Amino acid sequence: MNKTTHDYYARSHHDHDHAHDHDHGIDDEHAPVNEHDNGPPGDYEIMSRAMQELLEQKGVITAAQVARRMELFDEEFPFRGAQVVARAWVDPAFKQRLLADGRAACAEMGTMLEAERLIAVENTPDVHNVIVCTLCSCYPRALLGMPPTWYKSRNYRSRVVFEPRAVLKEFGTELPDSVTVRVHDSNADMRYLVVPMRPKGTQGWSEEQLAQILSRDTLVGVTVPRVSA
Amino acid sequence: MSSEASLRSTYTAAPVHRFNVGDKVAVKHANPPGHRRTPYYIRGRQGVIERICGAYPNPEELAYGFDGKPEKVLYRVRFLQTQVWPGYAGPANDIIEMEIFEHWLEPASQRGAPAR
Repeated sequence: MNKTTHDYYARSHHDHDHAHDHDHGIDDEHAPVNEHDNGPPGDYEIMSRAMQELLEQKGVITAAQVARRMELFDEEFPFRGAQVVARAWVDPAFKQRLLADGRAACAEMGTMLEAERLIAVENTPDVHNVIVCTLCSCYPRALLGMPPTWYKSRNYRSRVVFEPRAVLKEFGTELPDSVTVRVHDSNADMRYLVVPMRPKGTQGWSEEQLAQILSRDTLVGVTVPRVSA
Repeated sequence: MSSEASLRSTYTAAPVHRFNVGDKVAVKHANPPGHRRTPYYIRGRQGVIERICGAYPNPEELAYGFDGKPEKVLYRVRFLQTQVWPGYAGPANDIIEMEIFEHWLEPASQRGAPAR
């Protein structure tokens, strides 16, 4: 890999350390400015909210129970993608197997994706990958946990397919025109995982150390892993 | 992208498939009612088969409680962004890829020039 070309990810402003950003249950501060949809809520959203309010008023459920249920979803699908990519960084043979058949490679590490068919796509000095589902919010939950709010927003889903560079820039990821931006619309049966480039300054790091810089956003492709100065 | 040829998914390809990797295809320009997994923005556009994902239950049947049989062959198709969006602002080599079921595809040669 040509390491001399990696600097194109460097940002001129708003530099931020993602090294400890594993708090993927909370909306990312780097989400697009208009992360939350501006339009009026849809019929199903209104129906869902009304139903929840009614059930709470009638004493059938409590807001705390709803919150707990959402926490359980998170626990059921923990964020395990970082370990898989860290292994790929230190083990070239594993990386080849991951790129060839994502589900089989994850199974090697004891991570069973069950029904999910996983396609891992590798960032290179020439290609940057980013994932979206324009039709709904298809996401590799078994590997990355529940999708963040911005991933499900109409703003992200509609814009990243036709102006990916502008959206990536809002996440702090600026790419020169020489790098091909490869958008993957996760619109049917496959799920996707981005394998970012291993940044400079990580020689000799353990898999555990490497996993620390592999935030959820880097595996969706909206940001790239960075090493704090 | 040259190294990708050796990195195709090992998912079992459907034994009978109409298109092969590298074939130029066009997404049908149709607006049938019902549940479809073919995004509107890609209908009528031309691309190239990137890989064959295998055969999967037909989502257009699953959506209404049927069993999805017969299964349909699913492909990943690669499109040039400049051919998908007339006003695409990025460089000419940017691409978008997505999954398209076989019955939504036809050989590009039957359609002549790219749509729009």
